[in-house]
Amino acid sequence: MKIVKIIALVLLVAFVGIQFVPTGRNQSDIVPKTDFMKVNEVPDQVKNKLQVSCYDCHSNNTAYPWYNKLQPVAWLLEGHIKKGKAELNFSEWDSLSNRRKKSKLKSIISQIEDDEMPLASYTLIHKDAKFNESDKKEITDWLSSLRDSL
Amino acid sequence: MRTMKNLKMSIAAMLLLAVSFTNAQEKEKMDHDHGDMKMDHGKMMDKNSDAKAEAILADYFSLKDALVADDTKKAAQTGSKLVASLKAFDKSKYTAEEQKELADIVEDATEHAEHIAKSELDHQREHFKTLSKDITDMVAITGTKNTLYEQFCPMYDKGSAWLSTSSEVKNPYYGSKMLKCGKVQKEINN
Repeated sequence: MKIVKIIALVLLVAFVGIQFVPTGRNQSDIVPKTDFMKVNEVPDQVKNKLQVSCYDCHSNNTAYPWYNKLQPVAWLLEGHIKKGKAELNFSEWDSLSNRRKKSKLKSIISQIEDDEMPLASYTLIHKDAKFNESDKKEITDWLSSLRDSL
Repeated sequence: MRTMKNLKMSIAAMLLLAVSFTNAQEKEKMDHDHGDMKMDHGKMMDKNSDAKAEAILADYFSLKDALVADDTKKAAQTGSKLVASLKAFDKSKYTAEEQKELADIVEDATEHAEHIAKSELDHQREHFKTLSKDITDMVAITGTKNTLYEQFCPMYDKGSAWLSTSSEVKNPYYGSKMLKCGKVQKEINN
């Protein structure tokens, strides 16, 4: 019994302790001029879905629910966001050349069509980020038309 | 008193652990695989052709052959080789405008080559499509000493092109499934 108490105590202390380890926050008040939504005329529906389902990891501004401020979740999330932004950052969309935009759009479309994005681990908690078939079609159709216009 | 000491010890231990964990993450970030940097295309020196561009083409063609053969592993390896030869490309002898275009092409092609190095066959083929466009645009600027054939398959992804050194069609998008699908749509001599 005593050993259980000690273990529990150690775990509790550990949990409290790691809360003091700082993590970077991906948050910004400014939406830069280069943002995807600023340089494109995105229909409201598509805009809303992209923001809810993609912007947390693919822009300079993440909407953090309270549990994502707790460690070790925050660490995990920080890694995801770093990787996500390296692949695609909607906030800096317009800094890309047309060639790069087309490439990115092609990859975005294919990832959505193949259900690879948004990540399953993300939609598990963010139920509203999940795309159903009609969402997928609406978004990919619009993205394809954008791609053809470039 | 004793519990107090234990408590302090475990806090200290946890903080240490946390710090080393963050350090490990940092290290992982720097630990990128730079692929196979070995180059063996030196022989292709020709006054009028760009040896670095020929090296890129050579890797592109081995990648194409790997896809024709449905060989994911080989395609991944040649993908990494292509990343290296793209990195080694020297655009300094071109005009400012060409340099800008070439930098853009190389950046885009590198991303596709990187993805090919770590993807499944169907994804490798998706990336190969855009990569082919990049390489075709590069050749339009750099030229090449060989005659190339731009080939086209109307079935894959609403129509897709690729380059080959042979006029015989071997389809990299379908491989053994539809090896002969496609036709030569352009001959490139420059």
